[in-house]
Amino acid sequence: MKITENSRFFTRDRITLLIISVIFLLASLLLYTDNLSRQTTNMLIPISCYIVLAVSLNLVVGLLGELSLGHAGFMSVGLFSGCLVSIALEGVLPMAARLPLSMLIGGIFAAVVGLIVGLPALRLRGDYLAIVTLACGEIIKDIINNLKITGGALGLNTLPIYSKPVELLPFAIVLVFLTVIIAMNLKHSRHGRAITAIRDNRIAAEASGINVTYYKLLVFVIAAFFAGMAGVLYGHSYSNVKSVLFDYNMSIEILVIVVLGGMGSVRGSVIAAILLRALPEALRAVADIRMLLYSVLLIAIMLLNASPKFAELRGRLSVRNLIQFFKDRRKQRSSADGKEAN
Amino acid sequence: MERKPSSRLVPLPSNAFVPERDVDKSPILEARHLGIDFGGLTAVDDFSLIIGRTEIAGLIGPNGAGKTTIFNLLTNVYRPTRGTIMLDGYNTYGKSTAQVNRMGIARTFQNIRLFSNMSVIDNVKVGLHNEMKENIFDAMTHCFGFRRAERMANERALELLDFFKMADLAGTPAGSLPYGAQRRLEIVRALATNPSILLLDEPAAGMNPSETSELMENIALIRDTFQIAILLIEHDMNLVMGICEGICVLNYGKVIAKGSPDEIKSNPQVIEAYLGRKDGK
Amino acid sequence: MTEFFQTLVSGLSLGSIYALIALGYTMVYGIAKMLNFAHGDIIMVGAYAVITTVMISEAIPGIVAVVISVIVCVVLGVTIEFFAYRPLRKAPSLTVLITAIGVSYLLQNLALLIFGSEQKSFKLDFFDMIKPIYIGKVYINGITFLTLVVTVIIMIALTLFINKTRLGKAMRAVSEDKEAAELMGINVNRTITLTFAIGSALAAVASIFYGGAYTYIRPTTGSMPGIKAFTAAVFGGIGSIPGAMLGGILLGVIEKFAENAISQWSNAIVFVVLVIVLVVKPTGLLGKKINEKV
Repeated sequence: MKITENSRFFTRDRITLLIISVIFLLASLLLYTDNLSRQTTNMLIPISCYIVLAVSLNLVVGLLGELSLGHAGFMSVGLFSGCLVSIALEGVLPMAARLPLSMLIGGIFAAVVGLIVGLPALRLRGDYLAIVTLACGEIIKDIINNLKITGGALGLNTLPIYSKPVELLPFAIVLVFLTVIIAMNLKHSRHGRAITAIRDNRIAAEASGINVTYYKLLVFVIAAFFAGMAGVLYGHSYSNVKSVLFDYNMSIEILVIVVLGGMGSVRGSVIAAILLRALPEALRAVADIRMLLYSVLLIAIMLLNASPKFAELRGRLSVRNLIQFFKDRRKQRSSADGKEAN
Repeated sequence: MERKPSSRLVPLPSNAFVPERDVDKSPILEARHLGIDFGGLTAVDDFSLIIGRTEIAGLIGPNGAGKTTIFNLLTNVYRPTRGTIMLDGYNTYGKSTAQVNRMGIARTFQNIRLFSNMSVIDNVKVGLHNEMKENIFDAMTHCFGFRRAERMANERALELLDFFKMADLAGTPAGSLPYGAQRRLEIVRALATNPSILLLDEPAAGMNPSETSELMENIALIRDTFQIAILLIEHDMNLVMGICEGICVLNYGKVIAKGSPDEIKSNPQVIEAYLGRKDGK
Repeated sequence: MTEFFQTLVSGLSLGSIYALIALGYTMVYGIAKMLNFAHGDIIMVGAYAVITTVMISEAIPGIVAVVISVIVCVVLGVTIEFFAYRPLRKAPSLTVLITAIGVSYLLQNLALLIFGSEQKSFKLDFFDMIKPIYIGKVYINGITFLTLVVTVIIMIALTLFINKTRLGKAMRAVSEDKEAAELMGINVNRTITLTFAIGSALAAVASIFYGGAYTYIRPTTGSMPGIKAFTAAVFGGIGSIPGAMLGGILLGVIEKFAENAISQWSNAIVFVVLVIVLVVKPTGLLGKKINEKV
């Protein structure tokens, strides 16, 4: 029987968790021993948020196979609702209770909006759905930008709830792990299979008794929920947030991470989020042409993935094949050695 | 789901053909005066059929006669313009394709529709979707009922695959299977949904004679093992005449003949539909 | 009443611009079955082409700058099609859409790199040559008048081209059924190239009017009118040429009236229109229903 995936200890998912653990362990060690530069310290929370955003968007793009161009909109719904709650509770609750509670509320608000945005998804597919999510993101941005309670065009003053990365990192780590574990678990479950089935062949999925409507909505709601939670965390790491920042450009940035990391791959999203957020900060020269680089990357990946020659090359260069190759070589060599000895 | 037998009285189709062992029982599927128009074109008109509980029935007819359209009507992919479909005494009107599947109709497709990026066993497990008790929180946490549900699904899927001698292929991606195996996998997936009637759309298309005879054995085996009804569309007359107990012939969207294989073989209208008139008019 | 007609005129003018851009979207969607997300940014490139030409020498007449802009846009559109979209002819629509988004981003960021992020004033000599007109008390300035007249001419010409010429017939055939058209001896690739060329040329023309109406341009100038014109194309029924014209003009009028009533919501209202149209009638006003084969 060939279903060794489950019996092996180091499954793909466990390796992913291991990678994330190592990265965060390193980061916290350096941070709490005061060995991290100011610049890098300030990147920790945004990077964690982008990981959550990318992993959750990957559920829509990679698993369901629909394009959402309004992910930043969900994030900003969560951010503003959650931060408002947090501001109201400031001084009432300690941070250890206030932040998770406001994240939960922000996530729920975003999930409700995700449900509303997901409703058109029941009738639409492909390009049309992508454009509708884009439109919804822009509508959300305009609404928040014109509301008094969110500070309007001046932005929301989040100074009262501003926290340093040192305080926020534990929450960020928990959120990242929560998102990654749930995303991976969902993928390898009855529900994940149903969603993948819809992506692969909607008509056959329907004929197999899968409620396509339900699952499409479910994916939108879950993705929005996590984006909203990430938004609340993001809001706590700045002293002022403006809704215009969470526009379609930001949605595209998240999409670039998902595409670069590989559609459907949680591990890819995590690594790509770290690379794409950290590189421009690390290399000043890259910072100016960051967006240009993104666009070239996006086109190049799409064109390469569509080319059969590249697919063949990549198959040959995969880690598993390389390991096999070296094993074979070693075997050959040892057998050759054996012959010589004889 | 509300399951109320309809009490609507529609005149029964005249010459219903059901094998003798199913005669005293209620039919599993009953189509009454089914019809559909696309724009001004009537694709199917006045289609009536009764299928017994364990019958193997055939739906034949020249290309473009409306056979696949009837499958799409029976599975509610299309909504009929006229007529009623009764599944085990329940009206399927207004149900979605997925709901109809849960009520007991499973189907395969003329052009194979597998989840080609998923493994063979996962394809079958998608079919087992509604048989599994695993709620969304089990799925997210991989705790509670998850392990039990997955183990049972794995066992059931392997059992079904084994039935078609495909258990050793469980881990391979469905898209890389050879053609005949893809057709078989589609049947396994349909069976996994635990149907009471199985619709097969040209199951022997593209198969060589030895594969076809194996398929014939398999179809009879499915009926005997699972005790379900099977309705199949097929152009291979050896297969149809060999295993079907009742045959319905369609031409230009209308039923031109119904009966046993022998009756169909000698029916002048059927011969005319397939070969044209003898005098060449 | 005067105010009503004044708004109507500016709405019609804006609508004409949308219609010109929407034609590019709808033709490409009809023939290549793809959403060319970068189409809006062609407008931006067209506008910068005009500015650069005029900047090189004051002596170059405006009309020459327009011609140069059209040529630049056509070359650009065809190049994009050849390098980015043609290899993806058989790829899933998600792949094509993401590539198109990438191209749109590439154009914007190249412009940002070359011309900087600050806005540049857009002016052509012939804008002032046409005298403003008064109909009753309704004031129509030169550029508005020009926009309306040129758009009407282009629409008539395009309709004639599509319906009467051999190439137009080929385009319609490819949009109906690519395989059948190929079997009939139509060069599908060349037809698609032609479609991109026409769409880009129309975008260049639209860029002149858009620049004329707003007097300033910046690297992101194209994305908003681009998305709105796509809305217009969907509104009218994507794939349908009269639909794009109708949708563009209606959307322009809606936007101007919305702007008059509640200015800060005008963008949101356009998007709400888009969502409602797509959800209620995804085929748009003049579009055809497409049945999925099972």
